[in-house]
Amino acid sequence: MSTKLKDLVQKPELLSGGHRMCAGCGGPIAVRQVLMGAPEGKKLVIANPTGCLEVSTTIYPYTSWNTSFIHCGFENAAATLSGAEATYNSLKMQGKIEDDYNFVVFGGDGGTYDIGFQSLSGVLERGHRMVYVCYNNEAYMNTGIQRSSATTLGAWTTTSPHGKESSGKPQHRKDLTAIVAAHNIPYVAQASISHWRDLVRKAQKAFSVDGPAFINVMAPCHRGWRYPMEKTVELAKLAVQTCVWPLYEVENGQWNLTTKVRNKKPVEEYMKLQGRFGHLFRKDGDREVLDKIQEFVDHEWKKLLRMCGEEEE
Amino acid sequence: MVIAKSNTLALQGTEAVALAMKQINPDMVAAYPITPQTEIVQGFSQFVADGEVDTHLVNVESEHSAMSACIGGASAGGRVMTATSSQGLALMWELLYIASGLRLPMVMPNVNRTLSAPINIHCDHSDSMGARDAGWIHLFSENAQEAYDNTLQAVRISEHPQVRLPVMVLLDGFIISHSLDRMESLEDSTVKEFVDVFKPEFSLLDAKTPTCIGAFDGLYGYFFEFKRQQEEAMRNAFQVVKDVGKEYGELTGRPYGVFEAFGLEDAEFAIIVLGSAAGTVRHEVECMRSRGIPIGMIKLRLFRPFPANELIEAVSHLKAVAVFDRSDTFAGGMGGPVFTDLRSALYESEKKPLMVNYIYGLGGRDLPVELINKAATELEQVAQSGQVKEKINYLGLKE
Repeated sequence: MSTKLKDLVQKPELLSGGHRMCAGCGGPIAVRQVLMGAPEGKKLVIANPTGCLEVSTTIYPYTSWNTSFIHCGFENAAATLSGAEATYNSLKMQGKIEDDYNFVVFGGDGGTYDIGFQSLSGVLERGHRMVYVCYNNEAYMNTGIQRSSATTLGAWTTTSPHGKESSGKPQHRKDLTAIVAAHNIPYVAQASISHWRDLVRKAQKAFSVDGPAFINVMAPCHRGWRYPMEKTVELAKLAVQTCVWPLYEVENGQWNLTTKVRNKKPVEEYMKLQGRFGHLFRKDGDREVLDKIQEFVDHEWKKLLRMCGEEEE
Repeated sequence: MVIAKSNTLALQGTEAVALAMKQINPDMVAAYPITPQTEIVQGFSQFVADGEVDTHLVNVESEHSAMSACIGGASAGGRVMTATSSQGLALMWELLYIASGLRLPMVMPNVNRTLSAPINIHCDHSDSMGARDAGWIHLFSENAQEAYDNTLQAVRISEHPQVRLPVMVLLDGFIISHSLDRMESLEDSTVKEFVDVFKPEFSLLDAKTPTCIGAFDGLYGYFFEFKRQQEEAMRNAFQVVKDVGKEYGELTGRPYGVFEAFGLEDAEFAIIVLGSAAGTVRHEVECMRSRGIPIGMIKLRLFRPFPANELIEAVSHLKAVAVFDRSDTFAGGMGGPVFTDLRSALYESEKKPLMVNYIYGLGGRDLPVELINKAATELEQVAQSGQVKEKINYLGLKE
């Protein structure tokens, strides 16, 4: 399948414009890039857990989705869609339906890393044929910027505020992509909206495997991260260039670095553009936290290089 | 009237329900174990393993995911089922409202078991009574036969175009679920014809009409109108339950209504009861009647929607009624859920009986004949004296 721009723009848009997501939001960019990788000739059923994407794209009596769509609850998009997928297989086997379908979840990090984690893990273990996409903006943005287990150490959120006794979120984030990979499913990837061709190609692979696939997509939120809305893609790119968000895939257990990073930039270049880390850069800011973040990123990057069989720098 | 061919079997309640599920042959079943329901999904899993059904079995990792999968499956146009008990039903709580709010037909046997704490695996009705306002139809069963019959009828009630609401079939934990009972089962082909083919109103898998299910509906939307329609569907359910029960009666010789009355016409006082205790109560009522005591009884089958009009008509001539509740509402002296509903229903009636409530059997505490006799004797005194000494009574407490 082609990842050439001239071919991709010919594909019908499955998420129409006119939805109510914020200007400059990374979420719909992730959705459109993934859907550009959907196979032709197959129908889609898309599920969303509760979140910005869901409330902004299906305001009754309208829908932005040119596909079938279901929202059930917050923590159960994967389980809900697994029931639809199993029913599809049953109806198909009984000869009650003819069309071919793919099943896709687009969930935020709250609905994926935290409250929806058990439901996701169950689906991965049971091997449903489903593409699960986490559009990751590192906090609960729909409820107004609360920390999740995807939030970076030191980040301000409304439930991890900085103050006399706090320098923002006290813990590192959870490595969900690796945890998903540990389920030994056919395809797992980490991607970023800044590297669209890489993401489209990963989506194509995810749709093609016979089993569950998972893509964790960096999709910055300017409201929650506190930066000018036009810088969303730039921030996503810096996350890759600083190795805060490395791009890789795990295909049938084989780890593969999909974007090599030469001259890794210091994390501060990424962080200083964001108001959520502003308190760390003040005169009285906690330098130790900045050092810890750099240390963490370096450590995780080295580990990833080893997993991918790449030479360490 | 030609009664369909049947087979006499000795089955446990769980086996009877699993057999009904096999004969319904749903498109998808989501299974998760919990005592005392486990043997239903266990039995059904064997039918799947032996290739006796077309069902795709999804072995979910929780009851929350079981109900989620059922919602997904019903949205995809499938006939879906799951089964649960107690904490499992409680874990499904938010999804029960989503299933009914989305107007998705489905049938779920719930083997009644109490809720923790203290942890206890035995029967009372606090699990399903906790879900009484979730927009599901509740059908209670007295024995394995009724659990089987209700499961089959529930499919027709749930999928009826004027209803389209999920149905729970309730059977008492252990007392019904784990007791061997003599019962009649129908031929597979008879059930197939009775439940017919599911015709979904909408489906995610309708290629010509992509469907959006579970859209967001805010302050300026139609939320209130949806909820009013849901209540309308509940009101429609009364007639559908009766029609399906009559048709099933013609097929099997076992007709079903919204409740079953015994000896009410010439009774002066009566007991109202749900579930397996109805058998013991009936025995005691028969004994007392044979001694010339004017007692009758009602076994309530349909709890949601609540058949208020029929109940008013049935009990208004009585001097006194005792409602037996196998759960409490913890409302500080209001009594159990059936008591509060019936009392409320009778408020406008000019003629109405005095009412007493007996809460019994919590956490599986036994209800022997002696206790029923004690309550019935007290009820007789209420009827004779016209005085209620104690409105809310706890039957069988260790003192």
